[in-house]
Amino acid sequence: GGHTTEILRLMESLSPCYNPRHYVIAETDTMSKDKICCLEVSRKYKYAEQEYTIHKIPRSREVHQSWSSTLLTTLHSLLYSGPLVFTLKPDLILCNGPGTCVPLCISALLLGVLGIKRILIVYVESICRVEKLSLSGKILYYLSDYFLVQWPNLKEKYPRSIYLGRVV
Amino acid sequence: MCHESLQKDYMLLGVAAQPDTECFGIPLQIFRELGFEKLVLQIGRGLVRPEPCTFGDFTLEVFQYKDSIAEEIQRADLVISHAGSCLETLGAGKPLLVVVNDQLMDNHQLELARQLHRDGHLYYCTCKTLADTMKSMDLSALKPFLPGKTEEFAIFMDRIVGLEKVD
Repeated sequence: GGHTTEILRLMESLSPCYNPRHYVIAETDTMSKDKICCLEVSRKYKYAEQEYTIHKIPRSREVHQSWSSTLLTTLHSLLYSGPLVFTLKPDLILCNGPGTCVPLCISALLLGVLGIKRILIVYVESICRVEKLSLSGKILYYLSDYFLVQWPNLKEKYPRSIYLGRVV
Repeated sequence: MCHESLQKDYMLLGVAAQPDTECFGIPLQIFRELGFEKLVLQIGRGLVRPEPCTFGDFTLEVFQYKDSIAEEIQRADLVISHAGSCLETLGAGKPLLVVVNDQLMDNHQLELARQLHRDGHLYYCTCKTLADTMKSMDLSALKPFLPGKTEEFAIFMDRIVGLEKVD
């Protein structure tokens, strides 16, 4: 719920040029769909010709899941996110931390490595992360093109990150 | 008893108070002494389920879940909550007291609550210190929490994707 609220606040600020939008949520997530639809309805009032789609992929990791089973569930998620990214070939992936974003970004990197498409990966760490990065953050710190943090402590610890202040 | 009640989904929207009834180990008396008339309780999946009641000037309302607690937050003069509701409450400009469940150590939302407390935006206590904190806190000393600068983010994004701004 927290991740969705944050990313939708970021989405609200973006111009109508970021279109069409594809939202990828975990299969087990029941609340995000409504929040997304709400935002998109208000965007339709503001801007013409806006398109969006919601895609569901299996969750890569539950909280406190063991490492060995996480590897398996992540591979499982890759089986879904890989084809999704290959089909959509987005110009940009914007993500903010839920486990769903790691397989998506790995798939995007794969597309680049295979010379199919160079996808820009922008990661915005959650505002709740003040002193330490989330697990997704630790992984994507090295894999993303732009890594945003919202607190100065994190900027100090992770010099490659970008600090614009609190953006959510 | 206290920490069982103050579980994840527990939130009080305090307004004003009355006598001897023990509520989660916190006598409602405290709310009365502080000048509140009403206490609205969200119990969520909590094990303790008090009955709504009214005695004298004081009212206790109880609900389990609502689609949106935004309205309740708007009506409140003080919100007492776990760390997960920080942003919504502060965004509404309401004074917030965060109660940390020290039994639940693995909660990254605590980092945010601690930082916001350091920055003077909210008060912060445990179940055990709730009563004392309520008596000693000064809500007028809290600093307003300004919304995040989403426009900075938008400008940044436009720059990195190569969208030129035409002035």
